[in-house]
Formats: sequence, C-alpha cells, structure tokens
Amino acid sequence: MESSDKLILLDDMDNVLIARCDIKKGERILIENEEIEMKTDVKLGFKVAGKAIIPGEKIIKFRTPIGSATVPVEIGDVVHVHNMKSDYSPTYTIQNQNEYEGN
Amino acid sequence: MKEIEWKGYARKDGSKGIRNVLLVVYLVECAHHVSSEIASGFKKNEVQVIGFGGCYPNSHADKVMRRLCTHTNVGGALLVSLGCESFNRFKLAKTIEGTGRPVSTLVIQEAGGTSKAIARGTEWVRSALQQLKNAPRVKMGVKDLVIGTICGGSDATSGISGNPAVGLTFDRLVEEKAITIFEETGEMIGFEDHIASRAKTQALGDELRKSIQKAARYYSIMGHASFAPGNADGGLSTIEEKSLGAYSKGGKSEIAGLLKPGDIPTQPGLYLLDVVPDGEPRFGFPNINDNAEISELMACGSHIILFVTGRGSVVGSPIAPVIKICSNPDTYERMEEDMDVNAGKVISGELNLKDISDEIISAIRSTAAGNKTASEALGHQEFVLLYKSFQPAGPSCLP
Repeated sequence: MESSDKLILLDDMDNVLIARCDIKKGERILIENEEIEMKTDVKLGFKVAGKAIIPGEKIIKFRTPIGSATVPVEIGDVVHVHNMKSDYSPTYTIQNQNEYEGN
Repeated sequence: MKEIEWKGYARKDGSKGIRNVLLVVYLVECAHHVSSEIASGFKKNEVQVIGFGGCYPNSHADKVMRRLCTHTNVGGALLVSLGCESFNRFKLAKTIEGTGRPVSTLVIQEAGGTSKAIARGTEWVRSALQQLKNAPRVKMGVKDLVIGTICGGSDATSGISGNPAVGLTFDRLVEEKAITIFEETGEMIGFEDHIASRAKTQALGDELRKSIQKAARYYSIMGHASFAPGNADGGLSTIEEKSLGAYSKGGKSEIAGLLKPGDIPTQPGLYLLDVVPDGEPRFGFPNINDNAEISELMACGSHIILFVTGRGSVVGSPIAPVIKICSNPDTYERMEEDMDVNAGKVISGELNLKDISDEIISAIRSTAAGNKTASEALGHQEFVLLYKSFQPAGPSCLP
C-alpha cells in the first residue's frame, strides 16, 4: 500500500489509510493497485480499509492498534464506530449518551 | 533559534514574564460580577478576571490561585471577596505582597455593597496600572520560557498534523533549554511502559507508570473516557486512536519530571503534568473542559499554551497567551480568524511537519515579543478552576 492524492498511508504496518480530503460516494479510488468504488462519502481525516479485515482483528494506524473490528470490513470501507470498537472503554456519542448516565 | 531574544518583564525573584497582566480575582462566585464590572472599565488584555467559585475551602484551589496571582506574566492583583467565604484571602494577599507585586483586597460587605465596591476597585486598578507601567524590562530568550501544550476539539487530523508538529517543536525547545509541559494522562492509558521507558530515572519511570494507572482507574469509576462526541464526528473512533494522537504532542525527549498542578519546574526539559486527583474520586471529572487544563498548565508556570485543534476551538486564557494550531485544513478555512498556525497544510500535502514546527516557533517568538495571538486579539479569556485533591509529588518526581 502507498499514499496517493486522496489517501495517506501513515505506516507500512497499517491496515487503514487516511482520507486527505472529502471523497464522494461512487468515486473510484486506487488502493493496492485495485480500483475501488467508494460505497459512502468519506470525510477528511477518516479511515479507509486498505485491505479486508475480519471481526476481532486489530485496526492498525501509525503502527499502533487503536481498537478491533466488530464486523467484516471490505477493502475501501470507511472504518469507524459502526464497524470497530475500543479495546479499553466504549466510545461516547450524542446518540448513546443516555445509556452512559444510566437513563 | 538561539539568537532569538526579546524584552520581557523582570520579576523580583529573577523570573521573567512575557505579559504584564493586572488580575482582578474573585474569591467566591458571589464576588464575580463586581470583579467583571471593575475589569470592564479597562482595556482588554491589560486587566483580566480569574477566580474560584466555591465557598468551601480547598487546598488545591489555594495553591493554584497563589501560583496564578504570582505568575511571571502577572504584574499585580486585586482580590475581591464578598466577605464571608472560606477562601483564605489574607494568606493569598501576603503571598502576592511577598513577591513585590502590588496587591489590594476589596471586601464587598465592608465597602458598602456593589456600587461602592466597584468604584473603589476601579480606583485601585487605575493606580496599580500606573505602577505596572514602570515594570523593569529585561532581555529574554527561548531558554527562559515555559511552554505548555494541550489539544482540544480534537478530530482525526489532530494526531496526524498538529500534535506531531507540536511534538517536534517540543523536541527543539528542549534542545534550546526551555521547559516544556504536556499532560492528559487519561489519554495515555495503554502507553504506561512506553512513557516509563522515557523517564530520566527508573524511580521517575515508576511514578509516571503509576500516574497513568491512576488515570485509568479514575476514568473507569467516572464511567467515561476522555472523549467527547465531536471527537467521533471528526473521525476518531476510539480513545486509543485519540490517545495515539494526543501522546505525540510531547515529542520524543527524555521525561525530566512529573508535576502536580502548581509545581513549577526549574530545570530545563520535558515534564508530564498529572491532572488526575489522588485518592478516591470526590469532586467529579478530573478536568471538565480544556480551560480547566489550561489553568493548571499556567499554575505550573507556562508562559504560552500551544493548543492543537481539529474541530475548531476558540478559547483563550487570561494569563498565558494561547497559540492555536489548527490541524484540519477545512476547519482552518472556516475559522481562520481564530487560528494562529495552519497545520492542515500537512494533510493537504503542501507542507511537512518541520515546516509547521518552524511556523509554531516563529509564532512563539512573536507572541513572546508582545504580539497578540488570535484568541487574545478576539478578547478570549475563558477561565475555570475546580475543586480537586492532590498528594504532593514524590521525591523522585522532580530532577
């Protein structure tokens, strides 16, 4: 894998790439010499799978595990709270805050 | 960088400041309005309001307040008391007086109420400002600086551009014998061994490891990691991912010491500030927002705060100018007036981390020489000081 005009590879060990800019759904992006059609919009700074990732597999960014996949992830998928989770403490969003306060 | 020098303010104890702020300090929330009214009659940046809202005594708040009122960037202080609160105004006034700074205590109940207190306070501030004008100036350089760093309103770009650029800047500042301080032990959970391995001594390494284990326990009791909803909206999926970025702010230098809020380092080098209270959780979250962390970095002597933001923070501070480093190029474009450095150029591929670090160093130089940062120019002066409890740092914590 390598960086391109749309995606940054932070480390050779990583299984995710970082969007350098907003990428539109349907855009075709070259990852690992394969042209991948984006299934969703990708916002700047978000992670895109550089390879297929199986549930339970660590997500590696900057050579560091930042959590684990919760469902199968395909190459080119956005990798975020919908398909990965922390190995330490759950991630808090506006939508799920009530369960944190015991309501 | 060595040749960079400017004129600072000479303090009697030999320390040097880059601002000469007159503080109006409320000692309980009940005295806040009177304090704000007094300050509002004067030019922004020249007179600033800080305070402690609580009526119950707290030794952490006492210590932080003493440090802030005698901060190198502070020229004098007016203490504003309602009259019946617990804060020990006598001790605070004596501490300030002992440093040769002008100080006066205004007790609203004794002054005869709001209007008379405002009039009397305004009169004292006017005369104190005249005194401050005569503050002796002194040559100052990078080696005289204490620089703190924090990231807030983080997104997925923070850890790629802004934070590593600050880390690189910290490495260069440490080489030039400055003092640098990073914090957020709650965002170092999982990195205990790595941090311990960077300690100057093994005993310090053990202390660093313990401070992070303490944070892990504290946050787990709070049921909440150091993570805000905006972090996830900005592409950060987990606390590990946020932490990975946050940790890079400290750079790669050896860690010289571990501070508690209010400990002022004297030897050059990189320090970790432990902001998580000791003992069983008593007063709630370790720091409720970014300004609570800035207050503690200032209480450790920080002249300037390097603040990395991706989502777009606007905050400033009343004592130590905040240099805003924006890690996200889209945010920079949207909120340019609030930002000092555009680290987003690393994301867009226009500049590298070294280029951004050069820009940060020139922003430090310019700010130290008296030029206003974006948040200063916009009048930001957010301030928070909370109840906390700490044990003194152990003997292996300081060089």
